[in-house]
Amino acid sequence: MRINGLILSVIGIFFGIIAIFYWFTAYEEAGFLMLLGSAVLGLLPGGYYLWWSSRMRPLEGDLPEATMAEGAGVIDAFPGSSIWPFLLGMAALFAALTFIFGLWLAPIAAALGLSAVVGGVMESRRGGTV
Amino acid sequence: MVTAVNAFTNPFPTSLPARAPSSTDSSGEQLAPTHRNQWKRLAAGLAIGAPLVLGGCNFYPTYGASRGATTQGQDTFKLYSGMMTTGIIIGGFVGLLILFTVVRYRRNSDAMPKQFHENIPMEIVYTGIPVLVVAFLFLFTVLTENNVDATVANNARISTTGTPVLQVKVTAFQWGWRFDYPNNNVSVSGEVTNGPGGLGPQMVLPVGETVQILLVSNDVIHGFYVRDFNFSRYALPGVENRFDLNIVNPGLYPGQCTQICGLYHSEMLFTVKGVTPSEFRTWTVGQIATGHILGRNPLPSTDVPPPYTHVTPSSALAVPSSKKGSL
Amino acid sequence: MTTTIEPPELIEPEQPGGPAGHGPDSHGHESEHAEHGPSGLLKWLTSTDHKVIGKSYMITSLVTFFISGAMALVIRAQLSNPTSSLVNFQTYNELFTMHGSLMLYLFAGPFAFGGLANYIVPLQVGAPDMAYPRLNALSYWLYLGGTSMMTLGFVVAGGAASFGWVAYAPLSNSINSPGAGTDMWLMSLGLTGFSAIFTGVNLVATIFYLRAPGMTMFRVPIFSWNMLVTGLLILIAFPVLFGAVVMLFCDRHFGTHIYSVQGGGVPVLWQHLFWFFGHPEVYILALPYFGIVTDIIPVFSRKPLFGYRGMVFATLSIAALSTGVWAHHMFTTGVVLLPFFSLLSYLIAVPTGIKFFNWIGTMWGGQLSFQTPMLFSIGFLFAFLMGGVTGVLLASPPVDFMTHDTYFVVAHFHQVLIGTTVFAGFAGFYFWYPKMFGRMLSERLGKIHFWLLFIGFWVTFLPQYVVGLKGMPRRVADYLTSNGWTGLNQLSTVGAMIIGFSFLFFLVNLVTSWRKPVPAGDNPWDGGALEWFTSSPPPHHNFTHLPPIRSERPVWDYNHPEHRKDEGHGEKRHREHEEKVGANS
Repeated sequence: MRINGLILSVIGIFFGIIAIFYWFTAYEEAGFLMLLGSAVLGLLPGGYYLWWSSRMRPLEGDLPEATMAEGAGVIDAFPGSSIWPFLLGMAALFAALTFIFGLWLAPIAAALGLSAVVGGVMESRRGGTV
Repeated sequence: MVTAVNAFTNPFPTSLPARAPSSTDSSGEQLAPTHRNQWKRLAAGLAIGAPLVLGGCNFYPTYGASRGATTQGQDTFKLYSGMMTTGIIIGGFVGLLILFTVVRYRRNSDAMPKQFHENIPMEIVYTGIPVLVVAFLFLFTVLTENNVDATVANNARISTTGTPVLQVKVTAFQWGWRFDYPNNNVSVSGEVTNGPGGLGPQMVLPVGETVQILLVSNDVIHGFYVRDFNFSRYALPGVENRFDLNIVNPGLYPGQCTQICGLYHSEMLFTVKGVTPSEFRTWTVGQIATGHILGRNPLPSTDVPPPYTHVTPSSALAVPSSKKGSL
Repeated sequence: MTTTIEPPELIEPEQPGGPAGHGPDSHGHESEHAEHGPSGLLKWLTSTDHKVIGKSYMITSLVTFFISGAMALVIRAQLSNPTSSLVNFQTYNELFTMHGSLMLYLFAGPFAFGGLANYIVPLQVGAPDMAYPRLNALSYWLYLGGTSMMTLGFVVAGGAASFGWVAYAPLSNSINSPGAGTDMWLMSLGLTGFSAIFTGVNLVATIFYLRAPGMTMFRVPIFSWNMLVTGLLILIAFPVLFGAVVMLFCDRHFGTHIYSVQGGGVPVLWQHLFWFFGHPEVYILALPYFGIVTDIIPVFSRKPLFGYRGMVFATLSIAALSTGVWAHHMFTTGVVLLPFFSLLSYLIAVPTGIKFFNWIGTMWGGQLSFQTPMLFSIGFLFAFLMGGVTGVLLASPPVDFMTHDTYFVVAHFHQVLIGTTVFAGFAGFYFWYPKMFGRMLSERLGKIHFWLLFIGFWVTFLPQYVVGLKGMPRRVADYLTSNGWTGLNQLSTVGAMIIGFSFLFFLVNLVTSWRKPVPAGDNPWDGGALEWFTSSPPPHHNFTHLPPIRSERPVWDYNHPEHRKDEGHGEKRHREHEEKVGANS
């Protein structure tokens, strides 16, 4: 993960440098803030990876000589089928429609959203459906 | 693993010896790299040199653009022409290279090609040469840009005539233009295509002098664009943009709004008429006499929606060109 | 570093359901697993499989592409005649706004990162699925909701949005663009923006964490590398758009004056925010398609990619630089720092040039065969070459003053966008269709599609450069006969009709491949990346076994062990170092 950290950090530093240059030369502030935000977006995870990569167990994907046998075992949880993303998406759609067409749509959005969030969290606790 | 269909119908020979890692330097020597280096250097030299040489000889192909009716526009044109020449040389070189590669290396046998994958010297060359080309282009850009955007201060005097710089305040509104001459108490305005010949209001300017335009918008963002000046600038609400024009020769220079500004954006035409300074003085006198003075051209109010009716897809509000000019 | 090739190893397919070990029996019989779970419509609504989601994205985005293309044909029909009143001014403004919006927000991006990347990236890195499958599904439903919302703008009172795909303030405020169509457009950007952000998160997490054993970062295929960088760019750019859109919505409905002069606001602020998103956005659109072409050309040249590390460096440079050049879209405002943006814009030409030379270097000395994916890739090279060179012209402020908002710019961006999204996009579609659907597309129909598209493309856009230099502005519904632009416009319209016609062959190709399938097998193109190791289409959770991964084309190494790529500079240094210090285990 060290190289991932390096890439993110270098990009973050690049944004930081041009942000500083922009602050002193440009005619407006919004661009500086956006560049600064991008710099932080790169330095935060990049710095974390650089710090953590020497302390973590290396990923099998990062070992050039790794074999498939070394990587055997549970990779992660991949929930098979789940209705909650669809319901959450529809909740977001109805929330957007509420802003345009009136508050009468808000209860639908709220109901869908609440059920999706609760259902999704419960599903995660159970380990997801097959 | 069985493939039912193989796009390469001929099986590859299996009698090749197994490859051991090469113990010699394998930076991937392919066909005549130095030969290719030479072509690259020639192209780079041409790309940088040709515009310089052509410029020195005053040979600037237009490539379809205007040579410029203002001194600023002429500077812009030279930069454009030089960049186009550079672009054609470099783009042409790369394009021909692709074409050559595609024709020359068409599959003609089942032999496996040499599996090279890098050539560090070549990669350094084709990283470095574009940086040089870009540096040159940027240098010429900065020099031209300083000329194009240079503006005289408000009260500067011109050495030849000693007169103050003519300032024209151009106000763009939905959907027309107003030209105010504060020094001369003249104001000309027109909308849609209500002007002479259906080409919108006309801004008359003296040639051979520096004219400073103060550009502003009454409502949304419009674009002040005159093709023959090789120039455009946004008219912004609340911000006054200033730029100088030095028209070289008398003539009629059409202009148009280039930034989408609503329903009749395509109808926001205007023209710039360059006249001799004495004709200009005559014109100002005539305008004052016919009542085209400051304050007589109020701008539309911006608190209400612009004057058009809401159009649903089913209703038609086609304005045939014969009816242009009547809102 | 050892270079022996080992026989394929069987790994037990992972049991879905997480560490708790839920799920069917541990023998991992895929067919038994597939029979459980919902079926029919409910199966589609609840699927979190990246392959199903990828296909859904591709179908939805292609439908959007054809709708938007039809709008373009109407625009071109209107412009072929100066006195045409085929559509009225309001409808015309809606048409070009929605054409741009549908193409850029709803087709180009989602097809690339939602469609192809969703399907292919987990396969290429050897993962069973994306890192967050349910988030992936949510992305699709947000995208579908946003697409419906934007398209339905046409049926509300006041019509669809009509201020161009960029929605500059103050034209987009409540006085100048009243009506629900604009609000639906804005909300749609919010929904699809979050869809993109979640996909970006998924892409970065998948490529960072789920790579198969042995697939180091510098063995990841360039398509996946480009998707990683695209994901990072999405995370930088889309939140800014969302903020800008929220502020515009507040200006329109909640009485704020962020973008209006009357209340002390700054209209140009919208442009800064929008283009800080907008320029990375066009690279979000372009990088996946660069990656597609970078994966296709080596396969059809029978050689490895030339300059892999140069490609990675170029992609990262393009992404970093693209975030600093936003105001080159604002040169004519007169209120931006011109030299800064001009220099950075010029510099982007350098890594793009590196990419071009690497593509040529890949083909150089190869054995090129011109199946449809390769034809489309070469078409991309020519289209993007000219579009890119004219882009360098536009990096110069004085030249931008003379061409901004004219048809010169329209021709430039159509060349780069069609070069990437259409030529490279369809190259990817033809390339990976056999993997996704298990059947081949007709070569004959594909070639006809390509040549008609290629010819139509140049006939459409070369005249637009000329007419732009003659002074024709963009976004105009008509022009004067006396302008002298008629002939060029008519030529451009003919080209557009040819482009439209070419897609009929594509549709016929699809239908024919469905009704008379020709089985594709695992690896019809003799490709090198991991997706070609599994069946077509891949089974649930993608792989039953994997080859050893010792380069960026593990399947090629497995199939052609005597033609692995030559040892390069880095490998040689590493090997000599190993020999000096003694071999590591």
